[in-house]
Order: sequence, then structure tokens, then C-alpha cells
Amino acid sequence: MPIDWFTVGAQALNFVILVWLMKRFLYKPILVAIDAREKRIAAELADADAKKAEAQKERAEFQHKNAEFDQQRATLLSQAIDEAKAEGQRLQGEAREVAEALSAKRKETLRREAHDLSLALGRHTREEVFAIVRKALTDLATTSLEERMSDVFTRRLREMNSQTKARLGAALKTASDAALVRSAFELPSEQRAAIRTALNEAFSADVQVRFETASNLIGGIELATNGQKVAWSIDDYLGSLEKSVAALVGAGARPEQGVKPEPVSVPKRGANEHIA
Amino acid sequence: MRLSPDEIIFWQYGFFKLNATIAFTWGLMLALVVGSKLITRKLSENLSRSRWQNLLEIVVTSIEKQIEEVGLRHPEKYLSFLGTLFLFVATASLCIVIPGYEPPTASLSTTVALALCVFVAVPLFGIEEQGVGGYLKSYVEPTFIMLPFNIISEISRTLALAVRLFGNMMSGAMIIGILLTITPFIFPVVMTMLGLLTGIVQAYIFSILAAVYIAAATRARKPKTKLAPNEA
Repeated sequence: MPIDWFTVGAQALNFVILVWLMKRFLYKPILVAIDAREKRIAAELADADAKKAEAQKERAEFQHKNAEFDQQRATLLSQAIDEAKAEGQRLQGEAREVAEALSAKRKETLRREAHDLSLALGRHTREEVFAIVRKALTDLATTSLEERMSDVFTRRLREMNSQTKARLGAALKTASDAALVRSAFELPSEQRAAIRTALNEAFSADVQVRFETASNLIGGIELATNGQKVAWSIDDYLGSLEKSVAALVGAGARPEQGVKPEPVSVPKRGANEHIA
Repeated sequence: MRLSPDEIIFWQYGFFKLNATIAFTWGLMLALVVGSKLITRKLSENLSRSRWQNLLEIVVTSIEKQIEEVGLRHPEKYLSFLGTLFLFVATASLCIVIPGYEPPTASLSTTVALALCVFVAVPLFGIEEQGVGGYLKSYVEPTFIMLPFNIISEISRTLALAVRLFGNMMSGAMIIGILLTITPFIFPVVMTMLGLLTGIVQAYIFSILAAVYIAAATRARKPKTKLAPNEA
């Protein structure tokens, strides 16, 4: 196999030229382009990394802020709930107090109204009853009844207990004016004399007596001197009965206040011995 | 029968002649340079690029990666030489599909020329890397007695490089020529396809061996690295 040394030399030269041409037209531009692209990609990646880091930082900051906001909101909410509860309780308390006050006031008003009504009713009833009784007794009262009354009065004077007698005697003695004897009707002279006699006997003294007629006594006689009074009249009976009935009606109004009513007994007296 | 395209002479003037080897080499050079120029004329530095640019980038980066894998630390420095070696031999082999084409690598003159280029380039790269003294010292390593063996090794491997490529390329072309005379149908096509494969393999082997030689020359004089404690 012959080797053509000219061809060898020519091919070697050709190869060297080819190396230079390829370097000039292929490798260099390609490597430059690749390097430029790699740099660009690296720059973009670095930029992306920086942006990512920044984004992460902002995200962390945002999350932190969010957590803070949540905490603040929860605090404010719980505070607001507490305040609302307190305010609600306060308002409820106020409302309860107002309601209780209103209720108490209403109860008081009702009680007063009931009391007034019962009083009015009682008074009216009493007045009616006594008006009827008075009218009946007035219609019945006659001179003979006055006589009888005078008798009863004189007997009373005689049967007076010693304490009352002493007090009345003292009053008669110290009185400057004459003792006043009032009756519903004009007393006849016999009865006036009987009364004088009874007084003189009872107090063993000459008692000055002045007689007067008083229609409001209905029926009966009374002796009044120096602030002391001895009386016997139907009006006194009625007055005593009226007091008992008024006491009974007053007790009847009290149960609304939770007080158990107590029975009121009407005094059972055959005659009224009254010293004012 | 022709064994080498050197025998086809188009023009001769004394020592100077223009044979098929040189002519086809020029054709290949023209194709490579024009093709490269056309593709690199409008290179894109953006992320989007043309398919041809992609192809060239793949080829160039693959060669660069191979050089790096052999053990050369700065592949871009050796890329022009080793890449051109590979591209020239591969193109010369691939073009056998063109009718009437004679691969220049089937000429012993061409392969000897390429081997001589490697033979010259290896010490040049070695000296560039380590200096003249450093490179020459590699011939007396590990002892002075090894000097003749190293020189013989240097020459013989260059010769082997040349003959290996020549033998493979010449035999491929020869077999196809013989088969064409015996069975003109189908079988030569198969052999041609096989020839394409062996051509690429030979281009790869030639370039890789050149890279290994350069790597050996540039790394031989490096101070021996101390073993790490955990590797001792």
C-alpha cells in the first residue's frame, strides 16, 4: 500500500484549515450563543429566585399580619361579647328594677284603690244603714220614749261607778258655768226635776243645770260639764256600732297586703257609758 | 482493482497532483463550512431557536461532553481539534451513500495525515499545559529506562490510529465494491448501511483515542494527588 506523501501533506494542511474554519464558523458562534443563553437563563433564574424569596418574605409577613389581625379580632370580639353581656345584664337589672317598681306601684295603687273603695263602700253602707236606723228611731221616738230615756239616764247617774263619779264630781265643782244637759226633745219639767234631783243626790250638792235640745242626738240625754261628759243616747249606740263596723271594714281591706284578717268583736253593751 | 482514491488523479504537475482524495476532501470541507455558516448565520440567543441550530448545538455540546468525560478539564480548548476530527471522519463515512463518492478516509494518505496531526497535536497540547520540560519529563517516567518504550509507544499508537481508520474505511468500501460485482442487488445496500454504522463508530473511536492521548499528555505530569484519609 503506497503512501502518497504529497497527499499526506495536502490532507494535513486541509485538516488544519478545516479546523480553523470550523472554529471560526461553527464552534465559536455556537458556544457564544449557548453561553449567552445560559447566562440569560441563569440571570432569569436568579431573578426568579429573588422574586420567590421576596414573595415568600411577603407571604410570611402577610401571614404574620393575618395572624395578628385574627388575634386582635378575636380579642375585640370577646371584649365586645363581654361588654354586651355586662350591658345586657345591666339593662336586665334596670328593667327588672323598673318592672318591680312599676309592679309595686301598681300593687300599691290597686291596694289603695281597693282600700279606698272598701272604705267608701263601708262608709256609704254605714251611712245608709245608720240613716235608715236613725230615721226609724226618729220616727219611733216619742215623749214616752223620752220619759223612759230620762229614767234610764237618772238611773245611770245613780249607778255610776265611783271612779267616774269622782271625776265628774270634780268637774262639776270646778266648772264655772252650769252643767249642760242636752236631749233630742224638749224635756218636761218633771223629768228635768228628776234629773236635777238625781244629780244632787249623786254628787250630794246643788248642781246648776242648763237644759238644751239637740236634734242630732236622735234619742237620749247627755250631761256635759267642764270637759267631762255622761251620756246615754241611741246616737251613741249607733256611733259605737259604726266604729266597730269601720274597724271590721278596715280589717277586710288589709288581706290584700297579706295580713290575715282578725275578727273584730262588736262590744255587747246594753247601754253606752261614755266619758270623753 | 483500486485500493485507494489516491489512485484517481485528475491533474498532475510533477510532484503536485490533484487526486480524488484531495478533491473529495475539499468537497467535504466546503459542505461542512457552508453548512455551518448557513446555520450559524442567524443564531438565536433566546430560548426559542431553529431546528438546525438545535441540531448543531446538540452535536457541539455532545462532543464537548464526551471530551470532558475522557478527563480533559477545559473541553472548549480541545473542541475545535477533536470536534473537527470527529465531524470530518463521520461526514466522510456518511457520504458513502452518495453514488460515485469515494471516502477520503479510505486513503491511507488521509488517515496518516490525520494521525500525524494527532501525533503533533498531543505534544503541543501537553507542552501548552505543562511546559516543555514538564512534557519531556513524561518520557522518563516512572524511570529513565522507560524512555525508549515511551517513544515507541508514541509512534506505534499513531501508526495504529492511522491504519485502524484506513483499514476499516477501505475494507468497507472494498467489500461494497466486491459485492457489487457479485450480487448487484439488495446486499450491497445492507452493507452500505452497515458501513454507515461502522463509519460513525470509527469516527468516534478516532476522536476518543485522540482525546485520550491528549488527556494522557496533559495529565501525566500532574503532581500525584494525595489520597484522602477516608480513601486510604
